[in-house]
Amino acid sequence: MRRLTFYGDPPSNLLNVGEVRGKLIVVEGTDGVGRSTQIATLRRWLESRGSAVIETGFTRSALAGKGIKQAKRGHTLGSITLFLYYATDFADIVEGQIIPGLRSGYIILADRYIYSAIARAVVRGADPQWIRDVYGFAPIPDKVLYLKIGVNALIERTINAGRGFNYWESGMDLRLGNDMFDSFREYQSRLLRQFDSMVGEYGFQVIDADRPADEVADDLRLAIDGMLSAS
Amino acid sequence: MPLNGLTDQRYPGRLFCVEGIDGSGKSTQIALLHEWLKSEGYAVRFSEWNSSPLVKATTARGKKKHLLTPTTFSLIHATDFADRTEHEIIPYLKAGAIVLCDRYAFTAFARDVARGVSPRWVRQLYRFAAPPTLVFYFRVPLEVALERIMMGRPDLKFYEAGLDIGLSSDPLESFKLFQARIIEEYEKMIGEFEFTVMDATQSIEEQQRAMRAIVKKHLPRRRRLAVHRADGKPV
Repeated sequence: MRRLTFYGDPPSNLLNVGEVRGKLIVVEGTDGVGRSTQIATLRRWLESRGSAVIETGFTRSALAGKGIKQAKRGHTLGSITLFLYYATDFADIVEGQIIPGLRSGYIILADRYIYSAIARAVVRGADPQWIRDVYGFAPIPDKVLYLKIGVNALIERTINAGRGFNYWESGMDLRLGNDMFDSFREYQSRLLRQFDSMVGEYGFQVIDADRPADEVADDLRLAIDGMLSAS
Repeated sequence: MPLNGLTDQRYPGRLFCVEGIDGSGKSTQIALLHEWLKSEGYAVRFSEWNSSPLVKATTARGKKKHLLTPTTFSLIHATDFADRTEHEIIPYLKAGAIVLCDRYAFTAFARDVARGVSPRWVRQLYRFAAPPTLVFYFRVPLEVALERIMMGRPDLKFYEAGLDIGLSSDPLESFKLFQARIIEEYEKMIGEFEFTVMDATQSIEEQQRAMRAIVKKHLPRRRRLAVHRADGKPV
């Protein structure tokens, strides 16, 4: 059991949550670094140990998920509007999935967390302190596992995995290069710099993601195992 | 104190806002001000709370299905406000126009805090807002506002009445308690944000005369738009 703590000032309805039995484990890292594959493996492992798991992520909320998809399609969304739309969506996930899950004793596996939102916003010109303040309603996780990779290895993965360069993952809205490749390299380099700068600030546990998936999975299990047996 | 802005940029336009509880008569007053400014030959843009075409559908769905918590209620209205700031407010202020807002960030500071959101958090959230030239606060006793509202529309909506925070299960009772809290928050902001306080119990004509006299002092001398370059200097 632990008392839920937050990055900033939570509203009064969240202050009264009290003790929670569950654990919040975040898997962070940039686009295409292998988060979803790793989360699927972790889930099977945790369930085989007898833990109940809830997976959660971005733009999946009942409230704003649909609105964001529609608004992005139009390409008329301003940058501050988009940052706040994401924050709304995320708050809905925090209050609708994460906190109820933690209270009921689930292990919450979060595919991305506020760090991705902060990195994307800062790369798009948001004031770094402002966007951190906006996400003050977020509970502090029990563990943040950061899948770290360099930009060259990321490019190789992106091509080999058959996904290729897409519009948003290349940051094409920022017009950072003449084509998808130039833009992808520049945009992802900037995102990685943001993630790397958050390692100390938020206490990320760094996992080298430039390795075969099963080796990465071993490290993730080890980190979680240590945390679960310590509590 | 102005809004704790992200930039201290000054735009050539003017931004006038009206604030107050439902039934304070602020919308009537800003509509009359709008007509007057147009007739005087000014370029005017009007922007209303909770009206962004990109966000409205999400807010409406959240309200209808009672999906909103104090935090998501606050954030979705901030998103709406951001879209209007980026599309309806800042570009027009840059162009040198007069922008009129029926409710501004202070509505969020009053309502969201009345719902239990942290006053500091919601003020930080709105740091992207353009600083207003003047904020008119239409101060009215709760009973007078209630009387005006009850004449027009008898059924109170769920969030409007603050039924989401459980002050009372009776909509009218809840509405009264919630509005009283909102008034309390507005009163605290008078000094904090240098509101121009209007006596909203006066006649419509008296209030409008007073409002025009105050606005007049803050209008640009030229009515035609003076087009400025991106760096703010006249062309």
